[in-house]
Amino acid sequence: MTSTLAPGVRAASPVPGPSTASASYLAAFEQSKIALNGEPVWVTDRRRLGIEAFRATSFPTARDEDWRFTNVAPIAQRAFRRAGAPLRVVPGQLDPFLLGSPVGSRIVFLNGRLAPAWSSIGRLPKGVKLGSLSRALAVDSVPLERFLGRFAGVERRPFAALNQALFQDGACLYLPPNVHLEAPIHLLFITDAAAGAGVVSPRNLLILDRGARASVIETYASVNDGECFTNAVTELVLRPGAAAEHIKLQLDGERAFHVGSTQVHQGQGSRLHSFAITFGGALARNDLDVALEGSDSECQLDGLYMARGRQLVDNHTSIRHLHPRCASREVYKGIIAGSAHAVFNGKVFVAPEAQQTDGKQTNRNLLLSDDAKVDTKPQLEIFADDVKCTHGATVGRLDELGLFYLRSRGLPEPAARKILTYAFAAEILEQLPLPELRERLEGLVMSRLDVEPR
Amino acid sequence: MLEIRNLHARAGETEILKGIDLTVRAGEVHAVMGPNGSGKSTLAQVLAGHPAFEVTEGSVLYDGRDLLDMDPEVRAQAGLFLAFQYPVEIPGVTNAYFLRAALNEIRKARGQEEVDPIEFLELVDQKLKLVDWGPEVMSRQVNAGFSGGEKKRNEILQMAILEPRLAILDETDSGLDIDALRIVAEGVNRLRRPDNATILVTHYQRLLNYIVPDFVHVLYDGQIVKSGGKELALELEAKGYEWLTGEAAPA
Repeated sequence: MTSTLAPGVRAASPVPGPSTASASYLAAFEQSKIALNGEPVWVTDRRRLGIEAFRATSFPTARDEDWRFTNVAPIAQRAFRRAGAPLRVVPGQLDPFLLGSPVGSRIVFLNGRLAPAWSSIGRLPKGVKLGSLSRALAVDSVPLERFLGRFAGVERRPFAALNQALFQDGACLYLPPNVHLEAPIHLLFITDAAAGAGVVSPRNLLILDRGARASVIETYASVNDGECFTNAVTELVLRPGAAAEHIKLQLDGERAFHVGSTQVHQGQGSRLHSFAITFGGALARNDLDVALEGSDSECQLDGLYMARGRQLVDNHTSIRHLHPRCASREVYKGIIAGSAHAVFNGKVFVAPEAQQTDGKQTNRNLLLSDDAKVDTKPQLEIFADDVKCTHGATVGRLDELGLFYLRSRGLPEPAARKILTYAFAAEILEQLPLPELRERLEGLVMSRLDVEPR
Repeated sequence: MLEIRNLHARAGETEILKGIDLTVRAGEVHAVMGPNGSGKSTLAQVLAGHPAFEVTEGSVLYDGRDLLDMDPEVRAQAGLFLAFQYPVEIPGVTNAYFLRAALNEIRKARGQEEVDPIEFLELVDQKLKLVDWGPEVMSRQVNAGFSGGEKKRNEILQMAILEPRLAILDETDSGLDIDALRIVAEGVNRLRRPDNATILVTHYQRLLNYIVPDFVHVLYDGQIVKSGGKELALELEAKGYEWLTGEAAPA
């Protein structure tokens, strides 16, 4: 718990200095008068919980263990301003982020606002609900009350707390029992950074009922140069027997700040395959928390991050084994160039009752320059005695022998480096279940390596 | 084609090659034999430009060019090929991608058109037969999960596709069962042409039953201590290396 205030001083009232920005968020909440806009009272109550949690902590500092390596001053020093309406997004600008035919439904949000003209909902099986969260709350909020804000904790999570207080819109998906969606759902959050250094707070609620199956892709990207801050929260609920593929692509521009939290609740026998692909932003922080809340559930978390220039990319994951016979697999790989800095923190918690837990976690980092830096911290906390858990982290450079092998076949050194770097990333990309998405990302990785300074 | 004069090389502080002289002409097959630690593999790797070794003295001319002044990729583009004793695994890259990229670099250097993926697969089709493989090996990742014998076959496949002028085979026979050895040897024999040359680095005479050399050289303690025709290999087989090195046979 940290505070920029002197001991004994409450952050309740705006004070000058570094916390001016915090105060601006608090003021924004007071002025939003959301309840008056017809929002259900329970939603407003949860927003209030969020703002109170944020008031208690303000923005984190390096003294906070979860934020030791990630300085959020660039965010905390800027006063809150809700992102303005997008100014000049023209059709072609979204093309790099769209996926073609296999996508069944696409919902696009521009600067936090639903963009119906860009969105299309495909044919959905009976009972499936897919659309804007704010609309779902306005039309029939009752079924959502037991889910929204239940899994994304706000205590000591200042950004999730702010999102809960200030979220504007996002996607809401409900899949009835045993419904299998064949085509993936693509959620696209585009920020027009030229609209000014505003804040976008997307909020997604994805519920897969018993035995249901779906693939959801969340893409965060910015167009036009400029500063912007996205503070996203996704709650994913997998009821018993449900199975989800959840793919988060973070492709923001160079001056974007991204803080995103994905909170997953898994019931008995459910399965999750998660991908976190993080390429963009001046500062990108992903929190992925998976709670295995039923026995025999499984999760596989794959991650790939590429940072260059002066980028900071921070992935914090936590997997909580709370019941017997659950399995978790986690592989995160990072490629860090230039003066970039990557952070990985992976926590695996095994509760006393979670016997026969099978957990495996790996974090591997490839440094492409002398100034590139990585801080990696895998953490195991085991309170059960009959478990099989391993973890490991590596930080290395390109294999000299591999380089020589490729060069001895006629490949010039830069091409050989590129191939080996690509090969490092390929292990993750190969896991992607959707061929078209996989090809897109392979191309994206390749094109980033073309300009990658050594 | 290749003229090695008084070649000295070291790894770190250890001098391994202590004055090698060797001339290889087009159309010839040379076998370099010797006990473990004699410097055979170092010679092969130095010729290919391995960064772990430093040449401290001597010269190597390849087609009249200063080979030691060329980067490894330039040597390969000029037609030199080393079949590795321990081929490197490159998970995440397919044989097809790797070999097409390599072939195109070599073709570029020769002033030839690059081949597209379809032309490449047609070309590879004939080469695969040389090593008795089907096309599925092209979509496997380079050497990853290959058995020892498969790795050696993959080296010969690469050689067949890249069509070197000077091929250096570093212990390509080691760790091969008799069938694999036959396949590898057959591949090498069918790639022999009057305008290319081969250096076989080997510990055992066995390989030379299948690939008949024009010359045999015995390397010991970083120097060539004896050279002769193919009959020298048989003599080594019968007598071991000790009569040349003056050391007692190992127990």
